[in-house]
Amino acid sequence: MSQLTYREAVRHALAEELTRDPNVVVMGEEVGQFQGAYKVTQGLLEKFGPKRVADTPISEAGFIGMGIGASMLGVRPVMELMFWSFYSVAFDQILNNAANVRYMSGGQINCPIVIRGPANGGTNVGATHSHTPENILAAHPGVKVVVPSTPYDAKGLLKSAIRDNDPVFFLENTVLYGEKGEVPDEEYLIPLGKADVKREGKDLTIVTYGRPVIQSLVAAELLAKEHDISVEVVDLRTIRPLDIDTVLASVRKTHRVLVVEEQKPFCGVGAQLTYMIQAEAFDDLDAPIGRLCTIDAPAIYSPPVEVEQLPNPQRILKAALALLD
Amino acid sequence: MSKKPSATIEQKPNASSTSHGKAPINAALTQAQKIELFSQMVRIRRFEERSHRAYTGKNAAGGANIGGFLHLYNGQEAIAVGCCSLMGKHDHVITAYRDHGHAIAVGMDTKALMAELYGKVTGCSKGKGGSMHFFSPERNYWGGHGIVGGQIPLGVGLAYGVKYKGHKGSAMAFMGDGAVNQGAVHEAYNLAALWNLPCIFVIENNGYSMGTSQARSSAGELAKRAEAYGMAWGVCEGHDVYEVRATMDKFLKIAREECKPAVVEIRTYRYRGHSVADPDNTYRTKTEIEDYRRTKDPIQVFQTALIAEGVLTAESAEKIDEAARAEAEAAADFADASPYPTPEDIQKDVYWESDNPDQRTSQGRLFFN
Repeated sequence: MSQLTYREAVRHALAEELTRDPNVVVMGEEVGQFQGAYKVTQGLLEKFGPKRVADTPISEAGFIGMGIGASMLGVRPVMELMFWSFYSVAFDQILNNAANVRYMSGGQINCPIVIRGPANGGTNVGATHSHTPENILAAHPGVKVVVPSTPYDAKGLLKSAIRDNDPVFFLENTVLYGEKGEVPDEEYLIPLGKADVKREGKDLTIVTYGRPVIQSLVAAELLAKEHDISVEVVDLRTIRPLDIDTVLASVRKTHRVLVVEEQKPFCGVGAQLTYMIQAEAFDDLDAPIGRLCTIDAPAIYSPPVEVEQLPNPQRILKAALALLD
Repeated sequence: MSKKPSATIEQKPNASSTSHGKAPINAALTQAQKIELFSQMVRIRRFEERSHRAYTGKNAAGGANIGGFLHLYNGQEAIAVGCCSLMGKHDHVITAYRDHGHAIAVGMDTKALMAELYGKVTGCSKGKGGSMHFFSPERNYWGGHGIVGGQIPLGVGLAYGVKYKGHKGSAMAFMGDGAVNQGAVHEAYNLAALWNLPCIFVIENNGYSMGTSQARSSAGELAKRAEAYGMAWGVCEGHDVYEVRATMDKFLKIAREECKPAVVEIRTYRYRGHSVADPDNTYRTKTEIEDYRRTKDPIQVFQTALIAEGVLTAESAEKIDEAARAEAEAAADFADASPYPTPEDIQKDVYWESDNPDQRTSQGRLFFN
């Protein structure tokens, strides 16, 4: 085991897959010479050369579309979006072309592309750079959506994503890039679509993913210490495919659920989750399903207030107590 | 209503046809190859006319044979046929939604194409794509795409893939004149030029982006925009298959040998509306359409040239036309007799993994019903 940052874990996954498969290429804005806008790809250009690690112009529709076209020919591009927020200028490529080309061709064409980059608020970069589009992406059949919360998960899931034959959208988090965690020295893969129980408990299930997993674990610790409440934290890790079975198993154990997400509430991932939980485990619920989201407005700039707009341990704690009241 | 080409229609003499016929790429054609080019153009015309009849007519149950949009290629046949006839093993094609001509030109079976229009499971995309989404990866034909200009970055990706794999080949990325103002097209131009990718951007300029004429939609000369990206460019007439081939051959050689992109505008005309259901009389006159048909119909022009060359006779041309009509009719019969996909088919072909469950590595639910 080594202590790696989330950033290093992603980088190691890229380096290992670049080494393993000559069809893998890494492309994006500033991924090469600049060493990555968030230094995720640091050193990769030097190690693998410009054919495998390519700097693109600021041209998301162009280079993402190019990656999709190349993937149809069997290249395996891993495209970096400097921020997932920039997906909006490549929307047609991502959600018309990558998501639909297999279906429209009657299954004749595959699109083994990975698009990765950070998608989060909390860094005071304002409304245009703080989008969390996992709900919008996952609403498109044909794509897979991964949102890892730890270095271990980020590495194992990214390696699986790169080997996947369907388009995979991989949403990282700039706030987590510097967070450290244990990562095995030997190679490992984590299958997409497998949730992870990050903390076991018996009174309440928190279903979450991405950075709110870390915040929920902090809240769970406070709830245990200060309120003697035992919280189970289920990290979805992948939004689509969705490991609903692990969620339902936890619900059947605790009978109370709080869904926490760094999303706006309307049509968010939590809306789908709460629907599925009530549909499939209605008789196991002792209380209405609770939901804690980002406060429903564009991302505010004001640094101390943005903390309050997003999920945070205190907001999660309050929401949990309200459910257990 | 379309009349079959007749040798008696008044023809404007077409000198360019003869001179381009002497270009090396055309002079090298055998008689059989010339007849094949002619035959493909006629087959496209008859296929489109038959699909038009199916679209506007009713099936036995009183419903429509073909739903949605139907963007017909009539008038533009020499472009797809001329360009696709130059394809080698590592040359690829992608286009927008006016995609029937290219599909026939790369050799797809018209039965599977017509069945796709009818929404049948025997269609080339199993009834899941429709008119705008014909694909044949084994023939290097990558669709068939619906959003104006959206396929052009994919075309650059095909060129990138060819170069990445070290092949001497190219991608021909077709678009209409309406696509040249889309941002994605310019991003694609820049990438192809910046990275020296073997992509030929082919603008099939039929004069109208839907119902808006070129004069009302595009500033400047369309292909000349290539200069801003340091790319070569050219313009040619699209009614003369010899000219299309001679022009494209030049740029394709540069693409294959030197990995250089180019923009080629091919001037053409479409006889039908943007889509069949669109009104044709709000932005152009019947006279305009008839004038083009009378003087520049690509099939008629080539037929005249081939008769002059002694490759065809009026009688042999008529036989080719009859065979093309019969083929189109057989395709319609096949489509008509074929079954529709079932509701169980709706969720097939969505994910590679769900179609290959024994090789699946992910877990969890892929579908949410």
